[in-house]
Amino acid sequence: MSEPAIRVEHLTKRFGGRAVVNDVSMEVAAGQITGFLGPNGSGKTTMIRVMCGLLTADEGSGTVLGYRLGRDTRRIKSEIGYMTQHFSLYEDLTIRENLDFVAGLYRLRPRRRIVDETLETLGLSARQHQLAGALSGGWKQRLALAACVMHRPKLLLLDEPTAGVDPKARRDFWEEIHHLAADGMTVLVSTHYMDEAERCHFVNYIAYGALVASGTVEEVVAHARLTTYLLEGDLAAVNEADRRLRDREGVIEIAPFGTTLHVVGRDAAALRRSVEAVAAETGTRASLTETSLEDAFIHFMGESEDNMG
Amino acid sequence: MIGFSLRRLGALLRKESVQMRRDRVTFAMMIGIPLIQLVLFGFAINNDPKDLPAALVAPTQDRYSRAIVTALELTGYYRFDHATSSAAEAEALLERGAVSFVVTIPSDFDRRVDRGDAPQILIEADATDPAVASGAISTLSQVASQALLHERGQEDAAEENARDKLEVVVHRRYNPEGITQYNIVPGLLGVILQMTMMIMTSMALTREIERGTMENLLAMPANGFEIMLGKILPYFFVGAVQVAIILLASKLLFGVPFVGSLWLLMGGVFLFVLALVLLGYTISTFARTQMQAMQLTFFIFLPSILLSGFMFPYRGMPGWAQVLGEGFPLTHFLRMIRAVMLKGAGVENVSAPISALCVFVLVFSGMALLRFRRTLD
Repeated sequence: MSEPAIRVEHLTKRFGGRAVVNDVSMEVAAGQITGFLGPNGSGKTTMIRVMCGLLTADEGSGTVLGYRLGRDTRRIKSEIGYMTQHFSLYEDLTIRENLDFVAGLYRLRPRRRIVDETLETLGLSARQHQLAGALSGGWKQRLALAACVMHRPKLLLLDEPTAGVDPKARRDFWEEIHHLAADGMTVLVSTHYMDEAERCHFVNYIAYGALVASGTVEEVVAHARLTTYLLEGDLAAVNEADRRLRDREGVIEIAPFGTTLHVVGRDAAALRRSVEAVAAETGTRASLTETSLEDAFIHFMGESEDNMG
Repeated sequence: MIGFSLRRLGALLRKESVQMRRDRVTFAMMIGIPLIQLVLFGFAINNDPKDLPAALVAPTQDRYSRAIVTALELTGYYRFDHATSSAAEAEALLERGAVSFVVTIPSDFDRRVDRGDAPQILIEADATDPAVASGAISTLSQVASQALLHERGQEDAAEENARDKLEVVVHRRYNPEGITQYNIVPGLLGVILQMTMMIMTSMALTREIERGTMENLLAMPANGFEIMLGKILPYFFVGAVQVAIILLASKLLFGVPFVGSLWLLMGGVFLFVLALVLLGYTISTFARTQMQAMQLTFFIFLPSILLSGFMFPYRGMPGWAQVLGEGFPLTHFLRMIRAVMLKGAGVENVSAPISALCVFVLVFSGMALLRFRRTLD
């Protein structure tokens, strides 16, 4: 295994005395797509900003692409690409002017040709003289991605890149990310979406400033050690089962999916007894199913909340 | 560390220029403000300052001249803090603005008085600011005559006869007709430059922060010096346009004479604009929002108008206010431009305000670079 692209140790960042990131250590393997997951306010954005030199950590140390955090900031900045959560190119500049500006800051040469090619690849050549502010959400996102990979960074940091983007654009976006990773780029992407997490080679789950789980999707799910039952039946019966399962032994989570229920628990034997009893009472069919990543994460969230309390 | 890069600076400059051009309202404002203010402020702002510095040129110190000097000082308008026998030295003092008046009492003054000839004294007033000179001059003739009569013990003698025996010659220098616009219009150049340059640059960084583009800008490899130059250099172009408009208007609209060196003036303007954009940029490193930047700018802008000698004669202010006034680049710029435009002063006579502007440039650029935050902390 080669040197990880990112390695941070015991990272702590406080804002006004409150630790937003609390003693987090993690690694991002080179050449992989690593998903960075966690609820709102869990410190994902802060972590990413520390990693790209936009924030200085209060405690802890780390290396990015072999450069020391807090010391080689300019080197790090010129070798990574960072796509911010909110569109942060200039809305009062045209598409071309934005790319031209970014290319200039990275001292790319020949600037004109690189910008032309980028526009071509984006399929925005015809609209290059439109103001960036006039673009739709999906196009803004594509433009932002193009702008931060134009200088062929070794590491790409994406902060919730697909928030507010339609499913088609999201799929295209992920296709692009996989192409980039196939060319050897390391990608760290934060997201709320489980389907996106499942597209990653590796996931890190952070909640309330602390790393809760990391591994491949299968590993994370296995790590949660949850058992999940699927209940099916007609709508009224499923609703009744939902109500009756609330206080039963071994049941941690009940999540409705259309006309089915996902019933999640930790104690497999107790859960089985409860589910089979309720299924018999309400005339629904119960079957064992695979625990999803989402079930695992909701479970993790509940656990870390308890720890906080 | 990665050093300064002209290519990166080029990218920043192109971006800033395009953004400036595209912000139509602001761009129109930058050109419109000079014209509107010029027309509005074309009115006189008058005052009657006292205790003005004066130089006495009196080769012989006789009792008559002492009497006149004492009488003049008693009016409260004059404060003789330079005594010299050299007309050239007095001339230099006036040109530099160190004194507002030069009172010359000829060497044969006492003999003429004793003989009963019509004696003459010459008062040269710096009338670049007519308000300064007017009150002092208006009391002059009467005060001097009475002092002389008193000294000769002739108070009761026919005053009418005696009074026309002393002839006080008044020269309103640099602005013989006492036209207020001569003083106001060059001053306006300073005020207008200060307003537009400072307001625009004070929002330079806060605008990036408010629009969320700062995060991206800082994530890319540009250093603080490059970003600062990229932000302030485009305003030299705007400043040049404003200077051209105001100088043309002052000539065509108000007929203000321009007797000094244009190059010297441009040198002074350059330093002044540099100090202003750096001050504005420093403000933008302090302010969190554009609104705050605006407020901070006005916090500096208003007192500078009141205390710099633009609106009220500098010498009319109490000492502490004059000390405060020294803290504004505008004060020094006004001294420089009035001396150069109206008096034709050379470099040697405006070296003090020019050096003061240089100091401002150094201090503000140091502050701006120190205050620039490379991170979002």
